[in-house]
Amino acid sequence: MQKVFGRPEALADVPTHYCPGCTHGIIHRLIAEVIDELGVRERTVGISPVGCAVLAYDYFNCDFVEASHGRAPAVATGIKRASPGSVVFTYQGDGDLASIGAGEIVHAASRGEKITVIFVNNAIYGMTGGQMAPTSLPGQKTTTSPRGRDPETAGHPVRVCELLSSLSGVGYIARVSVTSPANVAKARRALKKAFEVQLEGKGFSLVEFLSTCPTNWGMTPIEALKWVDDKMAVYYPLGDYTRVPEVG
Amino acid sequence: MHEEVVFAGFGGQGVLLMGQLVTYAGMMEGRNVTWMPSYGPEMRGGTANCGVVVSKEEIASPLVSEPTSVVAMNRPSLEKFQGMVRQGGLIIYNSSLVDVEPARNDVRVLAVPANEIANELGDVRVANMVALGAFLGATGVVSVDTVLQALKKVLPERRHGLIPLNQKALARGMELAAALKAG
Amino acid sequence: MAEKVLMKGNEAVAEAAIMAGCRCFFGYPITPQNEIPEYMSRRMPEVGGVFLQAESEVAGSNMVYGAACAGARVMTTSSSPGISLMQEAISYMAGAELPCVVVNIVRGGPGLGGIQGAQSDYFQATKGGGHGDYRLLVLGPSTVQELVDLTMEGFDLADLYRNPVMVLGDAILGQMMEPVEMRERPKRDLPPKTWATMGAAGRQKNIITSLYLDPAKLEKHNLHLAEKYGRMAAEQVRYSAYMTEDADVVLVAYGTTARIARAALDRARERELKVGLFRPISLWPFPYDALAAATTGAAHVLVVEMSLGQMVEDVRLSLGETKPVHFYGRTGGMTPSPREILDEIVKIVERGA
Repeated sequence: MQKVFGRPEALADVPTHYCPGCTHGIIHRLIAEVIDELGVRERTVGISPVGCAVLAYDYFNCDFVEASHGRAPAVATGIKRASPGSVVFTYQGDGDLASIGAGEIVHAASRGEKITVIFVNNAIYGMTGGQMAPTSLPGQKTTTSPRGRDPETAGHPVRVCELLSSLSGVGYIARVSVTSPANVAKARRALKKAFEVQLEGKGFSLVEFLSTCPTNWGMTPIEALKWVDDKMAVYYPLGDYTRVPEVG
Repeated sequence: MHEEVVFAGFGGQGVLLMGQLVTYAGMMEGRNVTWMPSYGPEMRGGTANCGVVVSKEEIASPLVSEPTSVVAMNRPSLEKFQGMVRQGGLIIYNSSLVDVEPARNDVRVLAVPANEIANELGDVRVANMVALGAFLGATGVVSVDTVLQALKKVLPERRHGLIPLNQKALARGMELAAALKAG
Repeated sequence: MAEKVLMKGNEAVAEAAIMAGCRCFFGYPITPQNEIPEYMSRRMPEVGGVFLQAESEVAGSNMVYGAACAGARVMTTSSSPGISLMQEAISYMAGAELPCVVVNIVRGGPGLGGIQGAQSDYFQATKGGGHGDYRLLVLGPSTVQELVDLTMEGFDLADLYRNPVMVLGDAILGQMMEPVEMRERPKRDLPPKTWATMGAAGRQKNIITSLYLDPAKLEKHNLHLAEKYGRMAAEQVRYSAYMTEDADVVLVAYGTTARIARAALDRARERELKVGLFRPISLWPFPYDALAAATTGAAHVLVVEMSLGQMVEDVRLSLGETKPVHFYGRTGGMTPSPREILDEIVKIVERGA
């Protein structure tokens, strides 16, 4: 009998701690599949963030480093510069990347660091219990915006792909979601492209995943997927944000 | 032998180089040496100074708080440092730019019209070398030959064409010091 | 014997790092240590190394963390306010047991403070600085030669113990020029970095983390670190004692201040005052026992610092109530002069008589 579905080698054979309906698991699997497909598992070093994915080092079957909050791009820079043959990726949430680590991500992108960033945007702080994120939508209720995010006082959500796409060091940048089989397939292609850009030395690459947090959003998994499509993808349009660098 | 010297002046007068040359030459002559510059915002067009220690003994403090000599290339430097010179020490000042007399009568004083002499030699930028020559002549801390060797090491190769001019400037300063000794 | 060269402390520390095999440098400009990144930016490409000017000290120190993860010999340098920003990464490196060398060319504080030399970061360097139960090996050189030697040694010690090492200099040491021999060092047998993360080729994956969610496991990890710190404390005590044998008054000072104290000592001895000098070189581990032994015969101890009294607390820990421990300090970038120290010595002697 032919085996049609199995665990990628780059994924560890352990249960994760993620909540039911959270799409971290799908994203982990896609990364592992791409690492396997490109045959780079034994060269790969991942960097986990502070946030829900802090234990990602237990879930992947490759070398892994835990970074402090927001600093994963700086840690990745150190690893990649010291060991240019390594394939280096960071896995960061919205608080980690777009709030406390905003400086590090901008400069890593601007320098064109040959690393791949997996940015998981679920518009909320999951691990700490549902506080407002830099990417929480206007009007979104969180434990620190109980009346809904008011941009007048709490500022506007940060569109990371749009922000970083203006930087010349960026080789590839795209926003995807995993709300349907078709979207999962697109996301996988984007991930592969991002790692290929790193392998080809074409600069910084980032894939932003619109992700779910049924627990802190107070929704069922199905409602959460629908919220990603209906609300998040409106504010954060899916697609390829790579710009051809301007000359001069 | 234990000399503690302050070289001071405007930024751009080459006072840090004067100190470095004495330090370098001291090292080449087998002495213990230290060189400590002033640094920071005051360097940007303000006053600059460095403290140099040349000694037969191991140097304890590299900070010059009671100099045996002060070389002041402008008036603010003279006013700042003259009070610190040890009794029986030496003050050399650039009389081209300083229009007051040092206020000490318990030290040796040598007025050096460094800018005027440098202009006579064709380049005002060697005023520091005229003053340095006077300092070497008056103290003998290191020999002028060693200073010239040090200059070759400190100056980048492309500027070695300037060495003969510097040598002349040092010599003019030495002559002034000899006159002081004779007088 | 290598030829002596005249070098600024800051440049010497950079070349020393290169000679010790450091091939990665990450840093951010701050006075009074800018000659170090400037030197590294010229020199690293010549030896095939990495120089990167980071966007901040926060990022730069986390790049150090990353390069250390990849098994590189890596250094960063800064001055007081910048070192404060690095405390996060330093704590993480201590927790994850990553070797690196951090040089602090200390300037006056607190806050933005000033740019002249000071010793007011002693507490930060030796008592923690960042969060958690950890120790750095802290070395306090007092000459440019010692700055070079201890920097080179620092890389070996960092690798030996898998621990960050801090070289605690000051602006005077960084800015001054002094003849120095750039001596090649004998190669030490050091443990291979089998823990490094450069890709799990032909082995199980390596994980570098300081996260232990189970308190029992975190306690165990801390006890493991404590055992290591105990070894460091037993093996790495360094100091020098000068004319302490017959001394009535023993001066205790480190770094640049020890040199100024030595000048005061010379003047005191000219006046036939029996003064000695004890100079801690390892600031952590502090030479508690050696200091007690070196001051057995002394009636008084005078601690001199460019701070309002930080190391003096370790001196008091060492000596307890056995004899009076006096303190003289200047702060904010002011330096004590030999005369001021001599005046203090005279006061102590006259009061004691």
